[in-house]
Amino acid sequence: MGIKPNSENNSSTGDDIRLKSGREGLMGWLNPTRYGWERVSYWLQRLTGVGLLIYFIGHIYETSSLVNGINAWNSMLELTQTTGGHIFLLLVIGASTFHTVNGLRLIFTESGIGIGRPGRPDYPYDATSLNYKQKSGIWVALLLATIAMLYGGMVMFGDVT
Amino acid sequence: MSEETNKIKLKVYRTNYNKEESPHYDEFDVSVKRWTTVLDALLDAKSYSDSSLGIRYSCRMASCGSCGMKINGRPRLACYTKISELNDQTIVCDPLPNFPRIRDLVTDFTEFFAHHKKIEPYIHNEKVPIDVAKKDDLVEFKQTPEDVDKYLQFSYCIKCGLCYSACPTVATDTKFPGPQALSQAYRYTADNRDSGESTRFNIVDERHGIWRCHFAGSCSNVCPKGVDPALGIQLLKGHLIGITKNDKKIATLRSKEE
Ligand code: HEM
Ligand code: SF4
Ligand code: FES
Repeated sequence: MGIKPNSENNSSTGDDIRLKSGREGLMGWLNPTRYGWERVSYWLQRLTGVGLLIYFIGHIYETSSLVNGINAWNSMLELTQTTGGHIFLLLVIGASTFHTVNGLRLIFTESGIGIGRPGRPDYPYDATSLNYKQKSGIWVALLLATIAMLYGGMVMFGDVT
Repeated sequence: MSEETNKIKLKVYRTNYNKEESPHYDEFDVSVKRWTTVLDALLDAKSYSDSSLGIRYSCRMASCGSCGMKINGRPRLACYTKISELNDQTIVCDPLPNFPRIRDLVTDFTEFFAHHKKIEPYIHNEKVPIDVAKKDDLVEFKQTPEDVDKYLQFSYCIKCGLCYSACPTVATDTKFPGPQALSQAYRYTADNRDSGESTRFNIVDERHGIWRCHFAGSCSNVCPKGVDPALGIQLLKGHLIGITKNDKKIATLRSKEE
């Protein structure tokens, strides 16, 4: 009866219960489709941000070729005149448009502007921070990115010169 | 009134790390009615099919916060989720993501509670020393209903951990306090009985702190109590960067004579 001395009680007690971390890790991060538009915004903002950073570094490298003379510069420019180069530039256009417009939305929302005020929660408990006013910022960003890409596509692939 | 009975398949994640049991799903056929909750169905399976099924629950009415689990891909309270609202013949129950797994659907909340505790979730007010209560001259703070509305929704948090399991930052950063703790830091900032703002600001404003939140909104998307943790966190950021002016007047005490 009572508490057994430790030597007799070597079945699992609090401390040696084995656990598995259960963290979703990167796999949880990779799927942006589960929790509404704000999660999509979060995902795209990071993806486009990192994409733009990589582009920016490449861009500095590209333009710095100018110091090696006009020929080096021209051969660099040719890279962007291929179909692959055009598609790459289209992605840059889309990414920068989305990132800028949605970035402006985030500057406001993440400073507590446009996300509503606390109040008495009522069933069905819709979150005021996920309101359509700020959410529409994501849609506007996506729409403008699409328009910019369409226009860029017309310039690069179409007859517009 | 529809007394119709449906048959559904309940797929439950099973594992026991202490017995080297590798994770697998067990399937149970359960009869459900329109109002049967996932918790009811799990208890049905536990009572009539397999009593070793590990689940945690207590209140059965979305108040205690113990029955959180991933149901058909989303963190939900089992007692607050009706089978009929899921529109699916197969209900899949997994342990809450981002929590260490103990057995079957039971997860470990030690770290989650530690994050909550770390933000000092109680009224700080140096004008009111704790021993004043003993001297019997403290009666109560004067607070208007408007003062209460500023923090009330955040105080509805039942610490169920659904927000924590949906958060993409928590998924990769163990030191990040998570939506529950951060929104509670705001709850006390907004409470005019509390004057512990600078203490709490120092706690959340650090390398793995509040700035790791990027407003993915997933916490507020899954919170079953209308706490809207994302709102609290962004409002707190507004205070930290000084965009929101703090015009809080610390509540005075009502004396016994008043
Ligand atoms: C005027 C244009 C821009 C605006 C308004 C803007 C806005 C923002 C904002 C508000 C964030 C923070 C989002 C968050 O909290 O999750 C952000 C993140 C970021 N931005 Fe920009 N940005 C702009 C241009 C750029 C450019 C040109 C680059 C690349 C060279 C860039 C790279 C990044 C990166 C890498 C992140 C981090 C993403 C993350 O941690 O999720 N941004 N941007
Ligand atoms: S904020 Fe909501 S989801 Fe998070 S622990 Fe509290 S009640 Fe649960
Ligand atoms: S059993 Fe208490 S919240 Fe579900």
